[in-house]
Amino acid sequence: MAAIAKSSNRKPSTVWINLLLIVICFLWLVPVFGLLVSSFRTREDISSSGWWTIFPHQAWKRTSEIALTRGLPLDQPVEVLPGQRYTDAQLREGVILPDGTQMQWSNRRQRVLAISERQWTANLNFYLTNYDNVLSGRNYRYTLPDGSSQEERGDNLIGAFINTLTVAIPATVIPILIAAFAAYAFAWMRFPLRKIMFAAIIALLVVPLQAAMIPMLRDFTSMQISGTYLAVWLAHTTFGLPLATYLLYNYISQLPRETLEAAFIDGASQWTIFTQLILPLSVPALASFAIFQFLWVWNDYLVALIFLGGGGADMKVMTQRLADMVGTRGQDWHLLTAGAFVTILVPLIVFFSLQRYFVRGLLAGSVKG
Amino acid sequence: MQSTSKLSSTPPDRETANYLQVVTSLGILIATAVFLWWGFLFLRDSEGVNQLIIGAFAIVWGVAGVGLLYFGLNRFIESFSDRIRSIFQPFIFVGPAALILTWFLVIPTVRTLYLSFLDSNSVNFVGLENFVSVFTDRQMLTSFRNNLLWMVIGTFSCVSLGLLIAVLADRSRFDRVAKSIIFMPMAISFVGAAVIWRFVYYYSPPGQEQIGLLNAVISVFGAEPQAWISSFQPFNNLFLIVIMVWLQTGFAVVILSAALKGVPDDLLEAGRIDGASEGRIFFRIILPYIQGTLITVTTTILIFSLKIFDVVIAMTGGQYGTEVIATNFYRQFFINRNFGYGSAIAIVLLLAVIPVMVYNLRQLGKQEAF
Repeated sequence: MAAIAKSSNRKPSTVWINLLLIVICFLWLVPVFGLLVSSFRTREDISSSGWWTIFPHQAWKRTSEIALTRGLPLDQPVEVLPGQRYTDAQLREGVILPDGTQMQWSNRRQRVLAISERQWTANLNFYLTNYDNVLSGRNYRYTLPDGSSQEERGDNLIGAFINTLTVAIPATVIPILIAAFAAYAFAWMRFPLRKIMFAAIIALLVVPLQAAMIPMLRDFTSMQISGTYLAVWLAHTTFGLPLATYLLYNYISQLPRETLEAAFIDGASQWTIFTQLILPLSVPALASFAIFQFLWVWNDYLVALIFLGGGGADMKVMTQRLADMVGTRGQDWHLLTAGAFVTILVPLIVFFSLQRYFVRGLLAGSVKG
Repeated sequence: MQSTSKLSSTPPDRETANYLQVVTSLGILIATAVFLWWGFLFLRDSEGVNQLIIGAFAIVWGVAGVGLLYFGLNRFIESFSDRIRSIFQPFIFVGPAALILTWFLVIPTVRTLYLSFLDSNSVNFVGLENFVSVFTDRQMLTSFRNNLLWMVIGTFSCVSLGLLIAVLADRSRFDRVAKSIIFMPMAISFVGAAVIWRFVYYYSPPGQEQIGLLNAVISVFGAEPQAWISSFQPFNNLFLIVIMVWLQTGFAVVILSAALKGVPDDLLEAGRIDGASEGRIFFRIILPYIQGTLITVTTTILIFSLKIFDVVIAMTGGQYGTEVIATNFYRQFFINRNFGYGSAIAIVLLLAVIPVMVYNLRQLGKQEAF
């Protein structure tokens, strides 16, 4: 009833509202679109023209060349064509001839001029080489504009991808398991210190990671696990536990009391009820948290930096590798864009396929430290 | 029915322990402990083993190990009389969570507080010296200013833009698509977002082709290209804050539009019948109604912007006057190895979230169940 009444009572959408919404959505999408497009463009294209030139636009296109006498002095205006004199500065800038074409130095040293015409064009040279280069760890050669070639090492994002998965899956599954037991106890068992312990979990929800990091790293170092995946899993498990417990508690405590009581009367033990009844019933909540935690771990940079930073270069996760690329290849946009897109691909897939669960997890989970 | 309490009734009510089960469950526990320890050593010391194997092993080790631990402990406790079981069973369920949180979160936080009173090598007691430095050091003062910018401008932009989009989407038929688009950046890491926005802000010297979108746009209008993230200090911070707004507004939109849907229609109808303008309805009816949600969203984004780190590191590394508290923490702790100073910064961050912590605990106290 209420839902039906709602749609009819709302003010109808006007053109202006939709238009404003479209403009905002457009602004939101443009940066990602630019990244995606650029990642497929060639090295030369990307450094010489904006990604928006893939759309049809008018540009000067070279049609012919005029070779002047070599060594022609340039301190005086040069008579290029009969009756037309241009200074060196003009020819550097490019001059528009009476017939609408443009003339500019093509090779000033050799005294060669280029004639260009205004034409419709679109830069549609796309290839997958950028992805090839960032994904593999092999060396590859490329040709510089001056004709020489140079060798570079690939960024091995495939390796980083596997590392990230190695970090993310256990760091998602283990806290869920531990938190589910705790949440069930808080929701359906009565024991001393229950209130205090739960209040402590609420308090820990907002504690910043930084507050625990230094002693934690020391402990890990003395356990000789600093710089291993074990350290990162432990860290993510710890930092994810308060939220996981809180989220799952909210869900499990709302389950209908009658169902549980019926099971108790039938003689089921707490263990049976938890594993046979509660866990299956809590799948939506478990999924929400799983997605939230997975994305959080996948996108995390700080925890990986601190706890995995001591490990070898081949243990780095994708955020670390991408941040390294920003540092060392800040100008190589063909590689940075491809690299960035590789790192955001999995979160985007997870996001778009499981958006509903993600939103639910987020509604409760956004306070995470 | 012999049981008075439904919660503790299981048919084979026992007064004594089942010794066979005690032995078997102890066996399971010992096996689990050996398995966990062996796996720990393998994961710690395995070098050069294929990553996929390590990853797969870790999942099995973690999940099976934790599962077996619970199973063994539970079986052990269930082999005793009902009275003992009902006392100890809850602690088996909450135990591991409590242990991990105490060991790796509560105690470390207390130790951080202690370290903050010691010198850089954590040897000598220096009293409040680190805190004095925190509040007088030029770089820290800059980072406080910047964090304030993030928290005030960033949060205000996220929430107000989020509210605007939520209201617009509420009246549009394309609301789901629009919300998905605005929300999408939330799935993107800050490092990824930093690459995206570095590309937007990219600067080439005047005269060259501008491949950064922002400079290309202003060049069309005849303006000089600018190095957005390094010039105009301190206003370059705003260009970093835009990134957070781009990432976090979707969160505000989703939560606020859920709240907007909850505003009763008869309330809005009543307002319209009384001849109130749309603006008046918005400020007098809708806003007060969603006030609670608005506060939640605002505090969440406030905390988020207080702890902002990745985006600054990836965009500027904290240079050009863009450092924030968390980047200073990282620098002191990880690069300068000044543990006392680093701890003091962490404690300042912790103190800043305490009001929210207290608020949350008060809310918890109001709930009936507790």
